[in-house]
Amino acid sequence: MTSAPVIAVLDYGIGNLRSAQKALEHLGAKAFLTNQEDLILSADAIVLPGVGSFGRCVTALEDCGLKEITKSAALEASKGGRPFLGICVGLQMLFSGSEETPGLNGLGIFDGNVSLLSNAEKLPQMQWNSLDSKDHAMFRQLSEDSWVYFVHSYAAPIGLYTVATCTYGEEICAAVAQKNLWATQFHPEKSGETGLQVLRNFLRLAGR
Amino acid sequence: MKTVRVIPCLDVDNGRVVKGINFLELRDAGDPVQLASFYDSEGADELVFLDIAASPQAQETMIDVVRRTAEQVFIPFTVGGGIRNLEDARRILRAGADKVSVNTAAIERPQLVRELAEEFGRQCVVVAVDAKRTKADPRKFEIFSHGGRNATGLDATEWVQEVEGLGAGEILQTSMDRDGTLDGFDIEMLKEIGQECAVPLIASGGVGNLQHLVEGVLEGGADAVLAASIFHFGEHSISEAKHHLKKAGISIRPTP
Repeated sequence: MTSAPVIAVLDYGIGNLRSAQKALEHLGAKAFLTNQEDLILSADAIVLPGVGSFGRCVTALEDCGLKEITKSAALEASKGGRPFLGICVGLQMLFSGSEETPGLNGLGIFDGNVSLLSNAEKLPQMQWNSLDSKDHAMFRQLSEDSWVYFVHSYAAPIGLYTVATCTYGEEICAAVAQKNLWATQFHPEKSGETGLQVLRNFLRLAGR
Repeated sequence: MKTVRVIPCLDVDNGRVVKGINFLELRDAGDPVQLASFYDSEGADELVFLDIAASPQAQETMIDVVRRTAEQVFIPFTVGGGIRNLEDARRILRAGADKVSVNTAAIERPQLVRELAEEFGRQCVVVAVDAKRTKADPRKFEIFSHGGRNATGLDATEWVQEVEGLGAGEILQTSMDRDGTLDGFDIEMLKEIGQECAVPLIASGGVGNLQHLVEGVLEGGADAVLAASIFHFGEHSISEAKHHLKKAGISIRPTP
């Protein structure tokens, strides 16, 4: 990498977006929070964090006028274009919709609906859990059973795009990827050294 | 599978850790940022900062602590003490904290819990409850406010159900009868509150040895265990605590 990758962390007016930015900066990237289209389009990679509910996040994205550009950026990444990373609800929004907010469309990059963790003893899953991961660039230099931090009550369906799962009452989708579109249900920015390695792997994808 | 979190709590007074101890690894054991980073490297699953000064001036100092912590500690951390309204919470969260914990302010105005949950998501909202056995009926527990100074007349079990309904994402429950005694958690209180509590329950107050942590989980049903003294005074490391939990058959995140 000859110079630090420039990462646009989408700022669409929800909760704590700062931690993703800080973790990326800690790893040497030039990460900034933005809702400006020109800055988003000139970045080397895009990060879509999300906390709270599916409905709240999708609506906030619409209200900021960022839903379409986010959708096209995610779609582009899924075809091998500019890297895109979704985190937590940022993963869920890549799907068609969610049981949490029926009738509201997600970005629809992946087919299927996000659904409640109905076999869970306690919700949300707010804990560290171990991954069962595939051999994928997202987990480069990590063991197959790395531990990461989750906070969620809903999860995406498991499909061909699933690159990691974890067990919480049942096997659930923990990470998805299609070419340069990566997304994690867990919080890499809050998963200690393991999470930082996932972000390093993403930055490698975004490297100049 | 439920994986139990081990959470050291740091009491911070005007930017300094109270009850600080001298870990050889630390240049300044009173610096909350250094201590947070140390616990992270030891395998703590989360951290709680409690601002015990909780004055407006101390809050500025706390925000600086939060900002510096968020630059170098990449595990979840909660900040409590002196958070009175949405604006206080926003500043703490924007500085980089993952969750805020409210106690007295929620007792004075329960709608604050709803407002926080609607604004930031309920995963950000920890409601801390300090409770004590009542004199009239030692099987009942009463909520206290203002750092345990004022009796409120609220029944602990009912209060926990109320704040859960309002949007609390987690309950941090402290037994005032046990706090500081090193006699172990109040298991009956944990069970009493826990049976009606659908959100994660963090046990606190009274931990004096590692077996107490096991009891809190296996007997009390806690989802997470919080302790201060046994870690701060260097009696036990996070890693020892986790090994002990694991030996008792409890799932934990392995330490590095």
